[in-house]
Amino acid sequence: MTITEKILAAHAGKKKVEQGELINAKVDLILANDITAPIAIQEFKKIGAKDVFDRSRIAFIPDHFVPQKDIKAAEQCKLLREFSKEYHLGLYFEVGRMGIEHALLPEQGLVVPGDLVIGADSHTCTYGALGAFSTGVGSTDVASAMATGECWFKVPDSMKFIYYGALNKWVGGKDLILHTIGDIGVDGALYRAMEFEGEVISNLPMYGRLTMCNMAIEAGGKSGIIVPDKVTRKYVKGRAKREFKFYKSDKKAKYVEVREYDCSKIPLTVACPHLPSNTRPAAELFEVTIDQVVIGSCTNGRLEDLREAARVIRGRKVNPNVRMIVIPATQQVYKQAMKEKLIDIFIDAEAVVSTPTCGPCLGGHMGILAKGERALATTNRNFVGRMGHPESEVYLSNPAVAAASAVLGRIAVPEELGL
Amino acid sequence: MLIKGRNWKFGNDIDTDAIIPARYLNTSDPQDLAKHVMEDADKDFSTKAKAGDIIVAGKNFGCGSSREHAPIAIKAAGIQAVIAKSFARIFYRNSFNIGLPIFESEEASEKIKEGDEIEIDADNGVIKNISKGESYKANPIPPFMQELISADGLVEWTKKKMAAKS
Repeated sequence: MTITEKILAAHAGKKKVEQGELINAKVDLILANDITAPIAIQEFKKIGAKDVFDRSRIAFIPDHFVPQKDIKAAEQCKLLREFSKEYHLGLYFEVGRMGIEHALLPEQGLVVPGDLVIGADSHTCTYGALGAFSTGVGSTDVASAMATGECWFKVPDSMKFIYYGALNKWVGGKDLILHTIGDIGVDGALYRAMEFEGEVISNLPMYGRLTMCNMAIEAGGKSGIIVPDKVTRKYVKGRAKREFKFYKSDKKAKYVEVREYDCSKIPLTVACPHLPSNTRPAAELFEVTIDQVVIGSCTNGRLEDLREAARVIRGRKVNPNVRMIVIPATQQVYKQAMKEKLIDIFIDAEAVVSTPTCGPCLGGHMGILAKGERALATTNRNFVGRMGHPESEVYLSNPAVAAASAVLGRIAVPEELGL
Repeated sequence: MLIKGRNWKFGNDIDTDAIIPARYLNTSDPQDLAKHVMEDADKDFSTKAKAGDIIVAGKNFGCGSSREHAPIAIKAAGIQAVIAKSFARIFYRNSFNIGLPIFESEEASEKIKEGDEIEIDADNGVIKNISKGESYKANPIPPFMQELISADGLVEWTKKKMAAKS
């Protein structure tokens, strides 16, 4: 069995599961945010359950439109707060204590290797980086799971991606996953589990792994997953709030497809409008001018991402034609970035630094694009209208490329700044 | 169940931001959402489409976000069903959970032209193109999904399951 099948079997109380089999499995953690939880709450009440199945295993994280951007958003957030109080939820994160859900939960050790996690947010697949099975579902799925502690799944086919060779300078997890999505397309892994492995993955730090698994959904994947190893052990040590288990894929496990990538051939990569699969080498896009740069999101708002951007922009200024918005993904990331003087570097460069929020990534607030404007962002989607006006454009890149582009006012690479 | 109506045609990879842009997600009221359905794919859609119409699309319909607001907006706009070559996973799941009838059919997706009058025989998985006098096969609905449909969605299914346990 693959790691995915083993985790699903263990949670379904079975010795073995097969690809395509329909199972009912116990979930370790359920999450929802200020957009998806209101519907989950409404449907949960319709079910008529007396209580939630386990108040310590439901995380409500208002992160999309917070700090509350308008009256309607505030009303949505209020529903989460009131439900959390009424049912004594142990994992409700108010503004000031919150972070972007998929950065916050791993950071706080609330998701651990071997977990089965569902979330009413498509980027729930992020936690595969820890060796957990995690996948996005809808609000009604969350409502049902809040009542029963279980969820139905079709055991997905697994697809293996092997990365070998030496990484080029400034190339990281974001480039690997963009390159992969560019290769297989936005439905190239539809309904499948994407298992990442190879020498490059073994050496890839946890933040790069989280970025890769985060974007599995952008290839249509049900989940992204990496077999846990010493990098995982180091990350969860001192962090994990629950017992964890390392699962690994058997040598004879079944994969419907295996793809290999020679990383020495993977350049700094940018996804062009309007699909994450529309990838080009950054070096071919130097003529593309930009109005805004966003560094943040559940994809690239972690401390190491900010460090990378700061290394590029230190001592430089944001181009006069560009607005640069930096959004640390959690309060802890924000605080550590202050300690390391990264915030000073951004402000001295004339960027703005925001409180944690998903904000502009989905065109919510804190950096919306006008008609005809163009952004380069470290976020995960560049669909039509994603960051604002339907006639605006979003390009996606890693934090170093985003920072270099902010300086030069066009898509750029750090080498152009002598880095 | 027979679903009959005229159709509106869309292309491949229609994402959830096109179905219901996030700028309208500060509410989950179905009628408010319906006012903006498909807006970033066709800004006039909500005024053109009439209750009882059907959407026909290409591959990977509903890709992107997990927002249940997407099938809710379609359903609240009075769209009776969606036919596509394929559906993104979470959209597929959400549609069955909330009771929006969806059908996978490569043939129907390719051959139906915008405005054709369509009749879907949901029980037998047959899509008839009345305007053209053609008939296409829809992929069979998996047994568990049929169970959800006959239970009238996941909430009712969960209620029954919990009642059976206690």
